Amino acid sequence: MSAAPRDTLLRLEHISMRFGGLVAVHDLSFEATRGAITALIGPNGAGKTTVFNCITGFYKPSEGRIALQHGDPRLWNELDTLTARGQRSLHRPEGALFLLERMPDFLVTHKARVTRTFQNIRLFQGMSVLENLLVAQHNPLMLASGFTALGIFGSRAYVRAQRDAIDRAVHWLEKINLADRADDAAGELPYGAQRRLEVARAMCTDPVLLCLDEPAAGLNPRESADLNELLLSIRNDGATSILLIEHDMSVVMQISDHIVVLDHGVKIADGTPEQVRNDPNVIAAYLGVEEGEVAHAEAEAGL
Amino acid sequence: MVGEAPVGATQAAVTRALKEAVVTGLLAAAVFLPLIAFTSEPSMQNTLQLETHWGLFLIIVAIIAGLRFVQILFIVPWLERRPSKPAAPSAPVSTARRLVVRFFAPVAIGLLALYPPLVIVATGWSGSLKWIDNFGIQILIYVMLGWGLNIVVGLAGLLDLGYVAFYAVGAYSYALLSKTFGLSFWMLLPMAGILASFWGILLGFPVLRLRGDYLAIVTLAFGEIIRLILINWVPVTGGYAGISGIPRPTFFGIPFTANEDGFAAVFGLEFTPLYRTIFLYYVILGLALFTAFITIRLRRMPVGRAWEALREDEIACRSLGINTTNTKLTAFAVGAMLAGFAGSFFAARQGFISPESFTAIESASILSIVVLGGMGSQIGVAIAAILLVGGTEIMRELDFLKHIFGADFEPIRYRMLLFGLAMVLIMIWKPRGLISTRSPTVFLEERKAIPADLLREGRG
Repeated sequence: MSAAPRDTLLRLEHISMRFGGLVAVHDLSFEATRGAITALIGPNGAGKTTVFNCITGFYKPSEGRIALQHGDPRLWNELDTLTARGQRSLHRPEGALFLLERMPDFLVTHKARVTRTFQNIRLFQGMSVLENLLVAQHNPLMLASGFTALGIFGSRAYVRAQRDAIDRAVHWLEKINLADRADDAAGELPYGAQRRLEVARAMCTDPVLLCLDEPAAGLNPRESADLNELLLSIRNDGATSILLIEHDMSVVMQISDHIVVLDHGVKIADGTPEQVRNDPNVIAAYLGVEEGEVAHAEAEAGL
Repeated sequence: MVGEAPVGATQAAVTRALKEAVVTGLLAAAVFLPLIAFTSEPSMQNTLQLETHWGLFLIIVAIIAGLRFVQILFIVPWLERRPSKPAAPSAPVSTARRLVVRFFAPVAIGLLALYPPLVIVATGWSGSLKWIDNFGIQILIYVMLGWGLNIVVGLAGLLDLGYVAFYAVGAYSYALLSKTFGLSFWMLLPMAGILASFWGILLGFPVLRLRGDYLAIVTLAFGEIIRLILINWVPVTGGYAGISGIPRPTFFGIPFTANEDGFAAVFGLEFTPLYRTIFLYYVILGLALFTAFITIRLRRMPVGRAWEALREDEIACRSLGINTTNTKLTAFAVGAMLAGFAGSFFAARQGFISPESFTAIESASILSIVVLGGMGSQIGVAIAAILLVGGTEIMRELDFLKHIFGADFEPIRYRMLLFGLAMVLIMIWKPRGLISTRSPTVFLEERKAIPADLLREGRG
């Protein structure tokens, strides 16, 4: 394998996912760039969520390699060595390289720092908004509490760590305009606020890659615009890149730097929003017709 | 003409209520015919004889039918006429309520600490033994077990139907180790806890992959396996005969005996067996408070929040980088350890243990204490333990019922029936337990109670 471009964060190579006889994803390869928003789009049933589940360790792909890299891009040169060695990850002073398909879901978040949200909101409904954001900081807090042994005696290091965790939570609550509802149950928030809270909770795990599964689903245009702003600000802060699945084209076209289009588990387009918008394959897939009939179908649809 | 319509309506209502009462009476008759009307008693020749209790049976059926009649005719219309209150979600806690919450625990603990002297003053030295032992110690053991299981079921949302297995491990650990090696109660108490939590982890490793109903079934089976081992491993456990002559706890080395070096002689008091009971009362009170204390502390630790998050949504936990297997195992181990403490106390208090004390019905009682109390609520669980265990004990005291139902009436025989009735009533009145709201572990401005309908029970 040759060296990947210098600023690649995530790299999927020849990923296939089969459930019995059903091929959900077939031979998919794409890359997500550091500091960018990459969108994964496609009609219903195209296999987008399956790809997400593979990246975040909820599924093990039937074939292929998913690599993620922290720190110095030159580490990409070690990818084949790592693969051959049969290990999950490679740590160097200048960075680290992970093979996500070899890691269980919680380690993908904990070690490789890839965090996801869900299509159907999965907040801890019966816990307060603040508690939701503290649970997201479980691993650093666990360490600070000496795996509970020190924390239970009220050690000062743990008290300090918890105060920092609350500060971080408040920072994100201010960012999503929910600071005044910190003590309410998450399940009592309106739908749009729950969507934003899920993004904030994922951000509290301090990810390098944030995977959002339809974050704008069910939002009104105003809430969608707020979400765009939030995602752009996360990207512009620089530490976190975003990979998102979305049906709402106003979100996708406005904020994505790069779009990958899937149809029936196969990649049919890959490029900038401009390129994808004009790709006849994409238009055909979305209108549900063969490539040659696009003009006819567009005329019928009044486009 | 004017008065006719209401009269007609009333007649219709009475007819309907009568009809309902007859149907309910028939149902009650069907249920209670095998339960109450017939019992089998051993005769002088040691054979079983069928005895009938038609009077009692008819009285109970009549009471139930009558209650149904009253309910349909008066209570239901009254409930319908009452304006329904709109549910207030997550209202800020009022000042009065906050005061109650603030001072409830200290006052309750103070009362518990003063309970033995108060009972002695009220009932005298000889009468107080029963009240301290049967009510005080017995209830506190179940409070402690309830709080321990509350960690597993109420916080982590893992339905464990074999909790009594860890109680048994604690009891047998104490009994065997103290008889074999002569170690003291205070040495063996932590050891019994460690052994029980070791068994918890051992069971947890294979079992915690299962979820929901499957987990419940396997834990139930585990409880039975432990009991069957205790029955069949006769050389070690003594089988059905159990272990007797277990050394009793001493007052830091001073035994509670009538001898010259006994507790009474050393402190210049007149000997009475009550001293040991009072001492045991304070030991179990201390153990129960320890359980409450570490539960409260653990809830505020990351691991405690992870338990509750696990109950709310396991997949979300995994997506946030929480190792759910380890988190479940810690809940299991802590719960088992507390049961181990309670078990070793039980063995030390009884001086005799046998597999009889660790049947599945015991697990079910502890679980119903947790469910009735409200999963996750400490005060609720304590109240439920007082109601269920204290209620059973108080039934032994209801001698006046013999004047109503006849001399051979023993209220204690109907405790399971009443137990079930109480469960049904509480589940109708408070489906999520006595105290079902959840108090957040951390807050920015004010602590707001989280209403029960937002909480999940957990799916294992």
